[in-house]
Amino acid sequence: MQQVPPHLETEVNTLLAHYPAEHKRSAMLMVLHAVQEQCGCVSDAMIEWVAAKLECKPIHVYECVTFYPMFRRKPVGKYHIKICRTLSCELAGSHKLCEELKKMIGTGMDQTTPDGKFTISWVECLAACGTGPCLMINDEFYEKVTKEKAEQLLANLK
Amino acid sequence: MAAVERKLITARMAQPGYSNRLDSYLAAGGYAALRKALAMTPETLRAEVSKAGLRGRGGAGFGCGLKWSLADRRSGKPIYLICNADESEPGTFKDKQIIYKDPHALVEGMVCAAYANGVKTAYIYIRGEFAEGCKILLAAIEEARAKNFVGANILGSGYSLDIFVHRGAGAYICGEETGLIESLEGKRAYPRFKPPYFPAVLGLWMCPTIVNNVETLCNIPHIIAMGGVDFAKIGTPNNTGTRMMCVSGHVNKPGCYEVELGKITLGELINGLCGGVSGGRKVKAIIPGGSSAKVIRCDERFKGRKRDGTEFDWSWQDVPVDFDSVAMIGSMAGSGGVIVLDETADIPKAVANIAEFYAHESCGQCTPCREGSLWMAKALRRMANGRAMKGDTDYLKSIADGIPGRTICPFGEACAWPVQSFIEKFRDDFAKLEK
Repeated sequence: MQQVPPHLETEVNTLLAHYPAEHKRSAMLMVLHAVQEQCGCVSDAMIEWVAAKLECKPIHVYECVTFYPMFRRKPVGKYHIKICRTLSCELAGSHKLCEELKKMIGTGMDQTTPDGKFTISWVECLAACGTGPCLMINDEFYEKVTKEKAEQLLANLK
Repeated sequence: MAAVERKLITARMAQPGYSNRLDSYLAAGGYAALRKALAMTPETLRAEVSKAGLRGRGGAGFGCGLKWSLADRRSGKPIYLICNADESEPGTFKDKQIIYKDPHALVEGMVCAAYANGVKTAYIYIRGEFAEGCKILLAAIEEARAKNFVGANILGSGYSLDIFVHRGAGAYICGEETGLIESLEGKRAYPRFKPPYFPAVLGLWMCPTIVNNVETLCNIPHIIAMGGVDFAKIGTPNNTGTRMMCVSGHVNKPGCYEVELGKITLGELINGLCGGVSGGRKVKAIIPGGSSAKVIRCDERFKGRKRDGTEFDWSWQDVPVDFDSVAMIGSMAGSGGVIVLDETADIPKAVANIAEFYAHESCGQCTPCREGSLWMAKALRRMANGRAMKGDTDYLKSIADGIPGRTICPFGEACAWPVQSFIEKFRDDFAKLEK
């Protein structure tokens, strides 16, 4: 069994209090976010742990981990660059920007650089259509990203 | 006359130095509507919202007062309120403005709406990517709780309410209210069959549930402040109030503009507020209400008869920006996300992009949608990449035609309409690719 970080247990217990006691399973997405934040991804062992906490079967956790695009089974780089693929951002040049970003970090889509620093992925509409191209690096939003701005952003990431 | 904005929801956030903290909101007169609401009965409040004629700002434009009136109050079960903050219709970015810049407006709207409906527990279902927005909302709720605007015995009224924030995890289908409820219950967001699972009767945990969009809820304090009858004087009959229109694509000044419904035209919005089409080029097509809305071809005339019997004969520039007018020209105002494509736009490529979005986001529950959305995306990508085969346009249309009406939720329509309408209006752009 994977070691469960002590904060996680406390955090999950707080989250469970937001839902009726007979509907613990409702905390699923919040608990999975907490797990992923602390462990980097959602492993088999953590699926079992979450199922026990939420009093449901591991398959109920597994189906959510695989259904929702934000959850992952394998870790990503320290900085996960998520660039918007959808129409308004494409019209604003996101696809060209993506090619440039791949060159800058030296890797392909959904791949992680050998030093474990960067992963780059497409995501669907991030609700910043008026300020495209937009992207997220981990939980931070960046809008109207130009090649120059992207270079600067990457240079600032240690 | 130059087109102007009418700022109601966005008035505070536009002030210089305005922050998303409680002191800013209070200084701008915040939570006064809540005090007024708590002095009224829930029935009176609901009647005011009905009189205001407020229509849902999420996409369907369903009457808010009517939605509230449908909640089953005799079941003996608790009624839940859920704020749908899963903003994810491509082209739409209004709720994000509210959440990030004026979160207390949403909190106050929710407390008022919850009080009006006897709700004791409310949830904000926020899209997972708004991680910072989630923190902002949590901070706002804590600030409000400290001042007794949320929590037990609100402002000594005897009314208590808890608000919790629930993050989604990147699935567009959670914007559909029954999918959202399944997701909030900790499952895959498979929309529910209606009937019998109307949220108003069998919603969250099989209890009556009201699901309202962020912008809709933010209108409630304004309705309370000015009274339903006066609120209804903003905008036009059956299209009352303002709307946050999100314009993106080929315009000089993309952005979110709050306008009085029915008082400005699409032409004034795009050529006026948005500063016209990029590079002085001509507009070719407009998607008026989020990427699932049927496209408008800009060299077309729109003719027909209004509800009052008078005839209209409009170019795209003459179409009033409101729910009914956009519906009269065969599309929908939807989520308020306007995407503009100029004369240089590659239509099949744009549609391929939209189709790929829907293929990615189909929840997979109903076969016509799961398979159809994927087939359309594959065919369109092939066409956009110069590998179209003879008959592809008809093939594409036949797939699209097979989806609507054959799925549990409106996603079937949402993925088929763009393909159907683009082929109908721009057939030549597709046909010329066929070899």
